[in-house]
Amino acid sequence: MDPVEELATKEYKWGFVTDIESETIPKGLNEDVVRLISSKKNEPSWLTEWRLTAFRQWQKMTEPRWPNVTYPPIDYQDISYYSAPRQAKKAGSMDEIDPELVKTYEKLGIPLEEQKRLSNVAVDAVFDSVSVATTAKDYLEKLGIIFCSFSEAVQKHPELIRKYLGSVVPTNDNFFAALNSAVFSDGSFCWIPKGVKCPMELSTYFRINAADTGQFERTLIVAEEGAQVSYLEGCTAPKRDTNQLHAAVVELVAQESASVKYSTVQNWYPGDKEGKGGIYNFVTKRGKCAGANSKISWTQVETGSAITWKYPSVILQGDNSVGEFYSVAVVNNRQQADTGTKMIHVGKNTRSTIVSKGISAGKGQNTYRGQVKVVKKAAGARNYTQCDSLLIGDRCGAHTFPYIEVQNHTAKVEHEASTSKISEDQIFYCKQRGVSTENAINMIVNGFCKEVFRELPMEFAVEAQKLLGVSLDGSVG
Amino acid sequence: MLEIKDLHATVGKKEILKGLSLSVKAGEVHAIMGPNGSGKSTLAQVLAGHPAYAVTGGTITYMGEDLAEKSPEDRAKEGIFLAFQYPVEIPGVSNAYFLRAGYNEIRKHRGEPELDAMDFNKLLKEKSKVLHIDESLLNRPVNEGFSGGEKKRNEIFQLAVLEPKLAILDETDSGLDIDALRAVSEGVNRLRSKDRAFLVVTHYQRLLNYIVPDFVHVLSEGRIVKSGGKELALELEKRGYDWVKAPAAAGAAR
Ligand SMILES: Nc1ncnc2c1ncn2[C@@H]1O[C@H](COP(=O)(O)OP(=O)(O)OP(=O)(O)O)[C@@H](O)[C@H]1O
Ligand SMILES: [Mg+2]
Repeated sequence: MDPVEELATKEYKWGFVTDIESETIPKGLNEDVVRLISSKKNEPSWLTEWRLTAFRQWQKMTEPRWPNVTYPPIDYQDISYYSAPRQAKKAGSMDEIDPELVKTYEKLGIPLEEQKRLSNVAVDAVFDSVSVATTAKDYLEKLGIIFCSFSEAVQKHPELIRKYLGSVVPTNDNFFAALNSAVFSDGSFCWIPKGVKCPMELSTYFRINAADTGQFERTLIVAEEGAQVSYLEGCTAPKRDTNQLHAAVVELVAQESASVKYSTVQNWYPGDKEGKGGIYNFVTKRGKCAGANSKISWTQVETGSAITWKYPSVILQGDNSVGEFYSVAVVNNRQQADTGTKMIHVGKNTRSTIVSKGISAGKGQNTYRGQVKVVKKAAGARNYTQCDSLLIGDRCGAHTFPYIEVQNHTAKVEHEASTSKISEDQIFYCKQRGVSTENAINMIVNGFCKEVFRELPMEFAVEAQKLLGVSLDGSVG
Repeated sequence: MLEIKDLHATVGKKEILKGLSLSVKAGEVHAIMGPNGSGKSTLAQVLAGHPAYAVTGGTITYMGEDLAEKSPEDRAKEGIFLAFQYPVEIPGVSNAYFLRAGYNEIRKHRGEPELDAMDFNKLLKEKSKVLHIDESLLNRPVNEGFSGGEKKRNEIFQLAVLEPKLAILDETDSGLDIDALRAVSEGVNRLRSKDRAFLVVTHYQRLLNYIVPDFVHVLSEGRIVKSGGKELALELEKRGYDWVKAPAAAGAAR
C-alpha cells in the first residue's frame, strides 16, 4: 500500500452538539418569513423593504450551475431560516450568558470570559443565527472603533449600515447573495474611524449548532480614511448526516489610504468519509478599495465544508490601490471546493497579487477559479498570479480556470501555475531521517503552504498548521 | 553490528540481490564497488527499508535484531543513516526545520530531551563550520535548487548532525569537485569512531584515498564476488571488473 494511504482516520473534533433550548422558526421561505425575521430583530422599515426587494430578486434567479461541484438539488423550503438560543436578549455582561454557551466556546478554544481571553484579540461569538457575545467592546469604543453584532449595529448605527450595506455586494449580485440579503440573521460589524489603527485583532467565531437550519450571516467592515484593521473569522459545526447550508455575505470597504486585512480559517464540518453530511459553504466575499492608496488583503485557509463555493474579491477602484488574495484550500475524502478570487482593476496603477495553494487528497476535487480584469482606464495596472496544486494519492483532482481580461495595453498580468504530487520518495526520504509518514506529509504540505501561512496573524498561523494536519489525516485512504 | 546472510531482494518482479552476504563490525569502514546496475543502491535501499524493495530471502541482523519487520523511521531512529545517491527535494521546508524534526525523533527514541529551535540552530552552526557548509544552505528548502555537489554535501552534513551508528554512503563522491570531495571525506573521517561503521558505495578509488577502507567488496549480479583489503580497489582501478565478475555474466560477456 502507498504509505500515504496508511494513515488512520482522525475525528472531526469540533463535531459535538450543544444541548441548549433554541427558538427555531418553522421551515419554509416566503415574504412573511422575511418579515418575521426582520421583526424579530426589530428592524427599521427601510431594512425590511431592502430584504423584501432582495427576496423578490432571488425568486427570479436560478442557482449557479457553472461551479465544478455536484450535489443534489437543495430544497429551499425544507430549511429553517432562523434559530436562536433561548436567552431573553443579548447579555449585557459575560455573567449573563448561558453557561452552556460559554462552555461551548471554551471547548472550541474560544474562551469568552475576560481573564482567559487572548489579550490582543476581540471576539464576536455567533451561535446559529445570533451573536451571543462580543468581547473587548468597551476598550475599542474608547478609540472610536465600533465592533458589535450586525443586529446591534442596525439599532445603534443605522446611518452607517444604511450607507454601506449592499454597497459592495448588491442584493441581486448572485443567487446566494440575494438569498442572504433576504434572510440574513446576524454577523459582525466593524467600523474604524479616520486615522485609527485598530490595536487588536478583531474576530468572529461562527458556530452552527441547530439542525436543519441555514446560517446566513452578514459581515460588514469599513475602514475610513487612513484607518487600519485586521480581522479574522473562524467557523465550526456539529457532525450531522444531513447537509446544511451556509450562505454568508462579507463586504469590506477601504477608504483613502485605509487597509483591511481579512483572514479566514474555515473549518465547517466536511462530512464523513463517504461524503455524508457536511456544510455547503456558498459564500460571497468582496472588498472595495474605494479610495486611493487603499489596500484589501484576503487570506483564507479552507479545510472544512462538504462543498465550498467562494471567491473573495477586490474591486480596485482607487488609484494605486492594492488587492491581495492568499489561499490554501484543502479537500479530502469527498470534499469539493471551487474557490478563487476576482481582482477588478479600475483605478490607475492598481496592483494585485494572487497566491493560491490547492491541496487534494482522498477523492477530493479542488478547483481554482480566478478572474483578473483590467478595465480600459486602469493604466499601469499589474497582477501577479501564482496557482499551485498538490495532489496526495491518485484518486483526487485539481483543476485550474484562470480568466484574464485586459482592456488597457499598459497593464501587466503574470500567471504561473504548477501541479505536483507528494512522492513516495519524498516520504521515504523523511522517514529515513526518523520522521513518521504522518509528520512527513504534514511537513511537506506545510512547506507547500508557507507563502500563505506567513500572511496569517501569528496565533492563527499555528492553529492553521495544526488544522491542516488534522484535516489531511486519514483522509488519504 | 550488521550481519547480512544470503540476502535476496526484488524490485517489481525483478530479482536484484541474489544471495548477498556481508558482515560489518562497529568501527569498520567497508567500501562497496561494482559495475552499474549490479545492485549497490538496491542494497542501500533495502537496508534503509525502502517500500519498493521486497526482501524475498535471507536475513539482515542489525545490533542483534532482525531488521525485516522494522519501519524505515524505526531503523533511522536506531541509528541507520543513508546518504542518498539522489537526494530528494522538499520545497518550502527549510533544511534546518527538516533536520530538527528528524533529530528530535531520534532523541525521543533514545529517551533524550528534544532540542528547541534555538539550541538546535547553535548545533547546526557548529556542524556547518566543521564541514565548510555555507550557512545560507541551512535556511533554504531541503535540496531545492541545490547543485548536485551541494546536495551530496548536504547529505554528509545531515550525517554529521544525526550521528548514526551505521552510515551508508551511496556514491556520495560522484558530482563533487576536488575541494568538496576533500571536505566531505574529512567530515566522514572525523566521524569515524569505534562505535560507528560505514558502508561506502563508490565507483572511484580516488575517494578511498581519502576515506581509507578496512575492506573492499565487489558486488556483481547481486552478489559479493570478491572481497579484500584497500589494495583491491587499486587493482580494480587498473584492471576493471571483468576478471572478478560473476561467472554467469562473465561467460555471457565472452
Ligand atoms: N524501481 C526499480 N524498478 C525497476 N528496476 C529497478 C528499480 N530500481 C532498480 N532497478 C534495477 O535494479 C538493478 C540494480 O540497480 P541499482 O540501482 O541497485 O544498481 P547500482 O549498482 O546502484 O548501479 P549504479 O552504479 O549505476 O548506481 C538495475 O538493473 C536497475 O535498473
Ligand atoms: Mg547506485
